[in-house]
Amino acid sequence: MNLFYPVRWFADLVTYSVLGLGRETILAEAVHFFIFDVIKIFLLLTIIIFAVSYIRTWLPAEKVRDILARRSKYVGHFLAGLLGIITPFCSCSAVPLFLGFVEAGIPLGVTFSFLVSSPMINEVALVLLLGMFGWKVALLYVGSGLVIAILAGLVIGGLRVESLVADFVFKTRVQSAYHGQELKSRERLEFARDYTLSILKKVWPYIIVGIGVGAWIHGYVPTDFLARWASADKWYAVPLATLIGIPLYSNAAGVIPLVSALTEKGVAMGTTLAFMMAVTSLSLPEFMILKNVMKTRLILIFATVVGAGIVFTGYMFNLVLK
Amino acid sequence: MKKIEILGIGCPNCKKAEEEVRKALTGLGWKEGQDFTLTKVQDMAQIAARGVLMTPGVVIDGKVVSTGRVPKAGDIISWIE
Repeated sequence: MNLFYPVRWFADLVTYSVLGLGRETILAEAVHFFIFDVIKIFLLLTIIIFAVSYIRTWLPAEKVRDILARRSKYVGHFLAGLLGIITPFCSCSAVPLFLGFVEAGIPLGVTFSFLVSSPMINEVALVLLLGMFGWKVALLYVGSGLVIAILAGLVIGGLRVESLVADFVFKTRVQSAYHGQELKSRERLEFARDYTLSILKKVWPYIIVGIGVGAWIHGYVPTDFLARWASADKWYAVPLATLIGIPLYSNAAGVIPLVSALTEKGVAMGTTLAFMMAVTSLSLPEFMILKNVMKTRLILIFATVVGAGIVFTGYMFNLVLK
Repeated sequence: MKKIEILGIGCPNCKKAEEEVRKALTGLGWKEGQDFTLTKVQDMAQIAARGVLMTPGVVIDGKVVSTGRVPKAGDIISWIE
Protein backbone atom coordinates (compact mmCIF):
# COMPACT_ATOMS: atom_id res chain seq x y z
CA MET A 1 0.00 0.00 0.00
CA ASN A 2 1.67 3.17 -1.23
CA LEU A 3 -0.51 5.26 1.01
CA PHE A 4 1.40 3.91 3.96
CA TYR A 5 4.85 4.40 2.49
CA PRO A 6 5.83 7.02 5.12
CA VAL A 7 4.69 4.66 7.87
CA ARG A 8 6.77 1.84 6.40
CA TRP A 9 9.75 4.19 6.16
CA PHE A 10 9.31 5.13 9.82
CA ALA A 11 9.00 1.47 10.91
CA ASP A 12 12.17 0.68 8.90
CA LEU A 13 13.99 3.55 10.57
CA VAL A 14 13.01 2.52 14.11
CA THR A 15 13.60 -1.20 13.62
CA TYR A 16 16.90 -1.19 11.74
CA SER A 17 18.54 2.12 12.67
CA VAL A 18 17.28 3.17 16.11
CA LEU A 19 16.95 -0.30 17.62
CA GLY A 20 19.76 -1.65 15.43
CA LEU A 21 18.07 -4.99 14.78
CA GLY A 22 19.60 -7.05 12.01
CA ARG A 23 17.59 -7.38 8.81
CA GLU A 24 16.03 -10.78 8.11
CA THR A 25 15.99 -11.71 11.81
CA ILE A 26 12.71 -12.92 13.30
CA LEU A 27 12.84 -10.32 16.07
CA ALA A 28 13.30 -7.47 13.58
CA GLU A 29 10.41 -8.77 11.52
CA ALA A 30 8.10 -8.95 14.54
CA VAL A 31 9.09 -5.47 15.77
CA HIS A 32 8.66 -4.00 12.29
CA PHE A 33 5.25 -5.65 11.94
CA PHE A 34 4.17 -4.22 15.30
CA ILE A 35 5.28 -0.62 14.65
CA PHE A 36 3.87 -0.55 11.12
CA ASP A 37 0.50 -2.05 12.03
CA VAL A 38 -0.06 0.00 15.19
CA ILE A 39 0.52 3.30 13.37
CA LYS A 40 -1.49 2.22 10.34
CA ILE A 41 -4.49 1.07 12.39
CA PHE A 42 -4.57 4.20 14.53
CA LEU A 43 -4.36 6.45 11.45
CA LEU A 44 -7.22 4.55 9.80
CA LEU A 45 -9.29 4.52 13.00
CA THR A 46 -8.95 8.27 13.47
CA ILE A 47 -9.82 9.17 9.88
CA ILE A 48 -12.65 6.70 9.33
CA ILE A 49 -14.36 7.03 12.71
CA PHE A 50 -14.24 10.81 12.43
CA ALA A 51 -15.80 10.69 8.97
CA VAL A 52 -18.49 8.17 9.94
CA SER A 53 -19.45 9.93 13.16
CA TYR A 54 -19.62 13.27 11.30
CA ILE A 55 -22.04 11.78 8.76
CA ARG A 56 -23.95 10.21 11.62
CA THR A 57 -24.90 13.59 13.08
CA TRP A 58 -27.48 13.75 10.28
CA LEU A 59 -28.89 10.34 11.21
CA PRO A 60 -29.70 10.08 14.92
CA ALA A 61 -31.63 6.99 16.05
CA GLU A 62 -34.83 9.05 16.13
CA LYS A 63 -34.53 9.77 12.42
CA VAL A 64 -33.75 6.11 11.68
CA ARG A 65 -36.93 5.18 13.53
CA ASP A 66 -38.98 7.72 11.57
CA ILE A 67 -37.54 6.45 8.27
CA LEU A 68 -38.19 2.78 9.07
CA ALA A 69 -41.71 3.42 10.36
CA ARG A 70 -42.95 4.42 6.93
CA ARG A 71 -41.65 1.52 4.81
CA SER A 72 -43.09 -1.59 3.25
CA LYS A 73 -41.81 -4.91 4.58
CA TYR A 74 -38.92 -5.75 2.24
CA VAL A 75 -37.68 -2.20 1.84
CA GLY A 76 -37.87 -1.98 5.64
CA HIS A 77 -35.58 -4.97 6.19
CA PHE A 78 -33.09 -3.71 3.64
CA LEU A 79 -33.04 -0.17 5.03
CA ALA A 80 -32.84 -1.44 8.61
CA GLY A 81 -29.72 -3.42 7.69
CA LEU A 82 -28.21 -0.49 5.82
CA LEU A 83 -28.96 2.11 8.50
CA GLY A 84 -27.63 -0.28 11.14
CA ILE A 85 -24.21 0.00 9.50
CA ILE A 86 -23.80 3.69 10.32
CA THR A 87 -25.88 3.79 13.51
CA PRO A 88 -24.19 2.14 16.47
CA PHE A 89 -25.82 1.51 19.78
CA CYS A 90 -24.34 0.46 23.08
CA SER A 91 -26.01 -2.58 24.60
CA CYS A 92 -27.40 -0.35 27.35
CA SER A 93 -29.57 1.35 24.70
CA ALA A 94 -30.84 -1.94 23.25
CA VAL A 95 -34.07 -1.91 25.25
CA PRO A 96 -35.21 1.71 24.76
CA LEU A 97 -34.34 1.31 21.09
CA PHE A 98 -36.34 -1.92 20.79
CA LEU A 99 -39.32 -0.38 22.61
CA GLY A 100 -39.17 2.81 20.57
CA PHE A 101 -39.03 0.95 17.25
CA VAL A 102 -41.91 -1.38 18.10
CA GLU A 103 -43.98 1.47 19.48
CA ALA A 104 -43.48 3.44 16.26
CA GLY A 105 -45.11 0.54 14.38
CA ILE A 106 -41.90 -0.93 12.96
CA PRO A 107 -42.46 -4.71 12.55
CA LEU A 108 -40.53 -6.98 14.94
CA GLY A 109 -38.63 -8.58 12.06
CA VAL A 110 -37.39 -5.23 10.76
CA THR A 111 -36.36 -4.25 14.29
CA PHE A 112 -34.34 -7.47 14.51
CA SER A 113 -32.65 -6.74 11.18
CA PHE A 114 -31.45 -3.51 12.74
CA LEU A 115 -30.40 -5.22 15.99
CA VAL A 116 -28.24 -7.63 13.99
CA SER A 117 -26.62 -5.25 11.53
CA SER A 118 -25.89 -2.38 13.92
CA PRO A 119 -23.42 -4.19 16.20
CA MET A 120 -22.11 -6.59 13.54
CA ILE A 121 -21.04 -3.97 11.04
CA ASN A 122 -19.37 -1.33 13.19
CA GLU A 123 -16.64 1.07 12.23
CA VAL A 124 -13.96 -0.31 14.54
CA ALA A 125 -14.33 -3.81 13.11
CA LEU A 126 -14.39 -2.37 9.62
CA VAL A 127 -11.21 -0.33 10.06
CA LEU A 128 -9.36 -3.31 11.51
CA LEU A 129 -10.50 -5.57 8.67
CA LEU A 130 -9.46 -2.95 6.15
CA GLY A 131 -6.09 -2.46 7.81
CA MET A 132 -5.23 -6.08 8.50
CA PHE A 133 -6.92 -7.92 5.60
CA GLY A 134 -7.46 -5.33 2.86
CA TRP A 135 -10.57 -3.86 1.27
CA LYS A 136 -11.82 -7.06 -0.39
CA VAL A 137 -12.27 -8.91 2.89
CA ALA A 138 -13.73 -5.78 4.51
CA LEU A 139 -16.29 -5.53 1.71
CA LEU A 140 -17.13 -9.25 1.94
CA TYR A 141 -17.70 -8.79 5.64
CA VAL A 142 -20.06 -5.83 5.13
CA GLY A 143 -21.94 -7.54 2.29
CA SER A 144 -22.49 -10.83 4.06
CA GLY A 145 -23.27 -9.07 7.34
CA LEU A 146 -25.99 -7.11 5.57
CA VAL A 147 -27.44 -10.29 4.01
CA ILE A 148 -27.44 -12.09 7.39
CA ALA A 149 -29.17 -9.11 9.06
CA ILE A 150 -31.88 -8.93 6.38
CA LEU A 151 -32.51 -12.70 6.30
CA ALA A 152 -32.44 -13.12 10.09
CA GLY A 153 -35.01 -10.33 10.41
CA LEU A 154 -37.22 -11.89 7.71
CA VAL A 155 -37.06 -15.32 9.39
CA ILE A 156 -37.82 -13.99 12.89
CA GLY A 157 -40.60 -11.80 11.50
CA GLY A 158 -42.07 -14.82 9.69
CA LEU A 159 -42.09 -16.91 12.89
CA ARG A 160 -44.75 -14.65 14.45
CA VAL A 161 -42.96 -14.28 17.75
CA GLU A 162 -45.18 -11.46 19.11
CA SER A 163 -46.28 -13.72 21.99
CA LEU A 164 -42.64 -14.05 23.10
CA VAL A 165 -42.25 -10.32 23.65
CA ALA A 166 -43.00 -8.95 27.13
CA ASP A 167 -46.58 -7.64 27.37
CA PHE A 168 -45.65 -4.11 28.37
CA VAL A 169 -43.77 -3.61 25.10
CA PHE A 170 -46.97 -3.30 23.08
CA LYS A 171 -48.65 -1.27 25.83
CA THR A 172 -45.93 1.36 26.01
CA ARG A 173 -47.23 4.61 24.59
CA VAL A 174 -44.88 7.42 23.82
CA GLN A 175 -46.14 10.58 25.47
CA SER A 176 -44.19 12.90 23.25
CA ALA A 177 -42.22 11.79 20.23
CA TYR A 178 -38.72 13.20 20.17
CA HIS A 179 -37.24 13.87 16.76
CA GLY A 180 -33.68 14.73 17.63
CA GLN A 181 -31.93 18.03 18.09
CA GLU A 182 -30.87 20.18 15.15
CA LEU A 183 -27.10 20.72 15.28
CA LYS A 184 -24.93 23.55 14.02
CA SER A 185 -21.95 22.61 11.83
CA ARG A 186 -19.56 23.43 14.67
CA GLU A 187 -21.47 21.05 16.92
CA ARG A 188 -21.30 18.28 14.31
CA LEU A 189 -17.52 18.59 14.14
CA GLU A 190 -17.28 18.65 17.93
CA PHE A 191 -19.49 15.60 18.18
CA ALA A 192 -17.33 13.73 15.64
CA ARG A 193 -14.14 14.75 17.45
CA ASP A 194 -15.44 13.74 20.89
CA TYR A 195 -16.82 10.46 19.58
CA THR A 196 -13.55 9.58 17.81
CA LEU A 197 -11.54 10.36 20.93
CA SER A 198 -13.86 8.33 23.15
CA ILE A 199 -13.59 5.30 20.86
CA LEU A 200 -9.81 5.59 20.60
CA LYS A 201 -9.57 5.89 24.37
CA LYS A 202 -11.66 2.77 24.78
CA VAL A 203 -9.99 0.49 22.22
CA TRP A 204 -6.31 1.44 22.26
CA PRO A 205 -5.12 -1.07 24.89
CA TYR A 206 -6.90 -3.93 23.09
CA ILE A 207 -5.40 -2.95 19.76
CA ILE A 208 -1.87 -2.64 21.15
CA VAL A 209 -2.13 -6.02 22.89
CA GLY A 210 -3.87 -7.61 19.88
CA ILE A 211 -1.25 -6.39 17.41
CA GLY A 212 1.53 -7.20 19.89
CA VAL A 213 0.46 -10.82 20.23
CA GLY A 214 -0.24 -10.86 16.48
CA ALA A 215 3.30 -9.65 15.77
CA TRP A 216 4.71 -12.38 18.00
CA ILE A 217 2.63 -15.03 16.22
CA HIS A 218 3.63 -13.54 12.87
CA GLY A 219 7.30 -13.87 13.71
CA TYR A 220 7.55 -16.97 15.87
CA VAL A 221 4.72 -19.36 15.04
CA PRO A 222 5.46 -21.60 12.07
CA THR A 223 3.30 -21.14 8.97
CA ASP A 224 0.52 -23.74 8.66
CA PHE A 225 0.80 -24.40 12.38
CA LEU A 226 -2.98 -24.19 12.73
CA ALA A 227 -3.81 -25.79 9.38
CA ARG A 228 -4.14 -29.18 11.07
CA TRP A 229 -7.14 -27.95 13.09
CA ALA A 230 -8.55 -25.00 11.21
CA SER A 231 -8.02 -25.39 7.47
CA ALA A 232 -11.00 -25.17 5.13
CA ASP A 233 -11.61 -28.94 4.97
CA LYS A 234 -12.20 -29.25 8.73
CA TRP A 235 -16.00 -29.24 9.08
CA TYR A 236 -16.04 -28.38 12.80
CA ALA A 237 -13.82 -25.29 12.53
CA VAL A 238 -16.58 -22.84 11.55
CA PRO A 239 -19.18 -23.71 14.24
CA LEU A 240 -16.44 -23.91 16.85
CA ALA A 241 -15.09 -20.48 15.89
CA THR A 242 -18.63 -19.07 16.08
CA LEU A 243 -19.15 -20.47 19.59
CA ILE A 244 -15.79 -19.17 20.82
CA GLY A 245 -16.67 -15.72 19.45
CA ILE A 246 -19.81 -15.25 21.59
CA PRO A 247 -18.19 -14.29 24.93
CA LEU A 248 -15.52 -12.07 23.36
CA TYR A 249 -17.77 -9.13 22.52
CA SER A 250 -16.04 -6.24 24.24
CA ASN A 251 -12.69 -7.24 22.83
CA ALA A 252 -13.47 -6.99 19.11
CA ALA A 253 -10.66 -4.44 18.78
CA GLY A 254 -8.05 -6.84 20.11
CA VAL A 255 -9.46 -9.96 18.49
CA ILE A 256 -9.17 -8.88 14.86
CA PRO A 257 -5.39 -8.22 14.79
CA LEU A 258 -5.02 -11.57 16.51
CA VAL A 259 -7.07 -13.53 13.99
CA SER A 260 -5.29 -11.76 11.16
CA ALA A 261 -2.08 -13.37 12.40
CA LEU A 262 -3.85 -16.73 12.81
CA THR A 263 -5.07 -16.60 9.21
CA GLU A 264 -1.44 -16.50 8.12
CA LYS A 265 -0.84 -19.66 10.10
CA GLY A 266 -3.44 -21.76 8.38
CA VAL A 267 -6.90 -20.75 9.64
CA ALA A 268 -9.23 -20.60 6.64
CA MET A 269 -10.66 -17.18 5.70
CA GLY A 270 -14.32 -18.22 6.03
CA THR A 271 -13.63 -19.52 9.53
CA THR A 272 -11.98 -16.20 10.41
CA LEU A 273 -14.91 -14.18 9.06
CA ALA A 274 -17.42 -16.34 10.98
CA PHE A 275 -15.41 -15.85 14.14
CA MET A 276 -15.34 -12.08 13.77
CA MET A 277 -19.07 -11.91 13.03
CA ALA A 278 -19.80 -13.95 16.17
CA VAL A 279 -17.56 -11.65 18.23
CA THR A 280 -19.39 -8.51 17.09
CA SER A 281 -23.01 -9.59 16.72
CA LEU A 282 -23.64 -12.28 19.34
CA SER A 283 -23.06 -10.66 22.69
CA LEU A 284 -23.94 -12.12 26.08
CA PRO A 285 -24.38 -8.73 27.83
CA GLU A 286 -26.82 -7.67 25.12
CA PHE A 287 -28.82 -10.90 25.53
CA MET A 288 -29.06 -10.28 29.28
CA ILE A 289 -30.40 -6.78 28.70
CA LEU A 290 -32.86 -7.92 26.03
CA LYS A 291 -34.28 -10.41 28.54
CA ASN A 292 -36.11 -7.43 30.04
CA VAL A 293 -38.32 -7.14 26.98
CA MET A 294 -38.49 -10.67 25.58
CA LYS A 295 -38.73 -14.27 26.72
CA THR A 296 -35.62 -16.43 26.80
CA ARG A 297 -37.05 -18.47 23.94
CA LEU A 298 -37.03 -15.47 21.64
CA ILE A 299 -33.43 -14.66 22.56
CA LEU A 300 -32.51 -18.26 21.79
CA ILE A 301 -34.31 -18.04 18.44
CA PHE A 302 -32.50 -14.76 17.73
CA ALA A 303 -29.08 -16.22 18.61
CA THR A 304 -29.76 -19.44 16.69
CA VAL A 305 -30.93 -17.71 13.50
CA VAL A 306 -28.01 -15.26 13.49
CA GLY A 307 -25.56 -18.02 14.51
CA ALA A 308 -26.81 -20.26 11.68
CA GLY A 309 -26.38 -17.39 9.23
CA ILE A 310 -22.81 -16.85 10.43
CA VAL A 311 -21.91 -20.54 10.21
CA PHE A 312 -23.39 -20.76 6.72
CA THR A 313 -21.41 -17.68 5.63
CA GLY A 314 -18.24 -19.20 7.05
CA TYR A 315 -18.71 -22.44 5.11
CA MET A 316 -19.55 -20.56 1.94
CA PHE A 317 -16.41 -18.44 2.05
CA ASN A 318 -14.28 -21.44 2.89
CA LEU A 319 -15.56 -22.98 -0.34
CA VAL A 320 -15.26 -19.85 -2.46
CA LEU A 321 -12.06 -18.23 -1.16
CA LYS A 322 -9.46 -20.77 -1.99
CA MET B 1 -37.30 25.39 40.23
CA LYS B 2 -36.14 23.28 37.31
CA LYS B 3 -36.95 19.59 37.27
CA ILE B 4 -34.20 17.65 35.55
CA GLU B 5 -34.29 13.94 34.83
CA ILE B 6 -31.52 11.71 33.53
CA LEU B 7 -32.86 8.74 31.57
CA GLY B 8 -30.67 5.64 31.48
CA ILE B 9 -30.31 2.17 32.92
CA GLY B 10 -27.07 2.86 34.74
CA CYS B 11 -24.50 2.78 31.94
CA PRO B 12 -21.20 4.69 32.44
CA ASN B 13 -22.32 7.53 30.16
CA CYS B 14 -25.54 7.97 32.15
CA LYS B 15 -23.53 8.51 35.33
CA LYS B 16 -21.30 10.97 33.48
CA ALA B 17 -24.33 12.83 32.17
CA GLU B 18 -25.68 13.17 35.71
CA GLU B 19 -22.33 14.50 36.96
CA GLU B 20 -22.05 17.00 34.09
CA VAL B 21 -25.52 18.41 34.74
CA ARG B 22 -24.87 18.73 38.46
CA LYS B 23 -21.49 20.38 37.83
CA ALA B 24 -22.88 22.85 35.28
CA LEU B 25 -25.77 23.93 37.52
CA THR B 26 -23.85 24.19 40.78
CA GLY B 27 -21.30 26.16 38.72
CA LEU B 28 -24.09 28.71 38.11
CA GLY B 29 -24.52 28.98 41.87
CA TRP B 30 -27.70 26.92 41.86
CA LYS B 31 -28.52 24.71 44.82
CA GLU B 32 -29.81 21.19 44.39
CA GLY B 33 -33.20 20.78 46.08
CA GLN B 34 -33.75 24.55 46.07
CA ASP B 35 -33.17 25.73 42.51
CA PHE B 36 -33.26 22.37 40.75
CA THR B 37 -33.98 18.70 41.30
CA LEU B 38 -32.01 15.97 39.61
CA THR B 39 -33.59 12.51 39.39
CA LYS B 40 -32.60 9.33 37.63
CA VAL B 41 -35.18 7.45 35.59
CA GLN B 42 -34.07 3.85 35.24
CA ASP B 43 -37.33 2.14 34.36
CA MET B 44 -37.09 1.03 30.73
CA ALA B 45 -40.78 1.48 29.94
CA GLN B 46 -40.57 5.00 31.36
CA ILE B 47 -37.51 5.79 29.26
CA ALA B 48 -39.19 4.52 26.10
CA ALA B 49 -42.39 6.38 26.93
CA ARG B 50 -40.47 9.66 26.72
CA GLY B 51 -39.54 8.78 23.15
CA VAL B 52 -35.85 8.31 24.01
CA LEU B 53 -34.06 5.64 21.94
CA MET B 54 -30.45 6.21 22.91
CA THR B 55 -29.40 6.65 26.50
CA PRO B 56 -28.48 8.81 28.32
CA GLY B 57 -31.43 11.10 27.77
CA VAL B 58 -31.70 14.47 29.46
CA VAL B 59 -35.16 15.85 30.27
CA ILE B 60 -35.79 19.35 31.59
CA ASP B 61 -39.27 20.14 32.94
CA GLY B 62 -40.70 17.22 31.01
CA LYS B 63 -39.07 18.11 27.69
CA VAL B 64 -36.38 15.89 26.12
CA VAL B 65 -33.39 18.07 25.25
CA SER B 66 -30.66 15.55 24.45
CA THR B 67 -30.19 11.84 23.81
CA GLY B 68 -27.37 9.43 23.15
CA ARG B 69 -24.52 11.55 24.42
CA VAL B 70 -23.02 13.14 27.51
CA PRO B 71 -24.11 16.78 27.37
CA LYS B 72 -21.60 19.62 27.59
CA ALA B 73 -21.78 22.30 30.28
CA GLY B 74 -22.45 25.02 27.68
CA ASP B 75 -25.38 23.08 26.23
CA ILE B 76 -26.88 22.40 29.63
CA ILE B 77 -26.81 26.10 30.52
CA SER B 78 -28.39 27.10 27.21
CA TRP B 79 -31.20 24.55 27.70
CA ILE B 80 -31.90 25.92 31.16
CA GLU B 81 -32.29 29.45 29.82
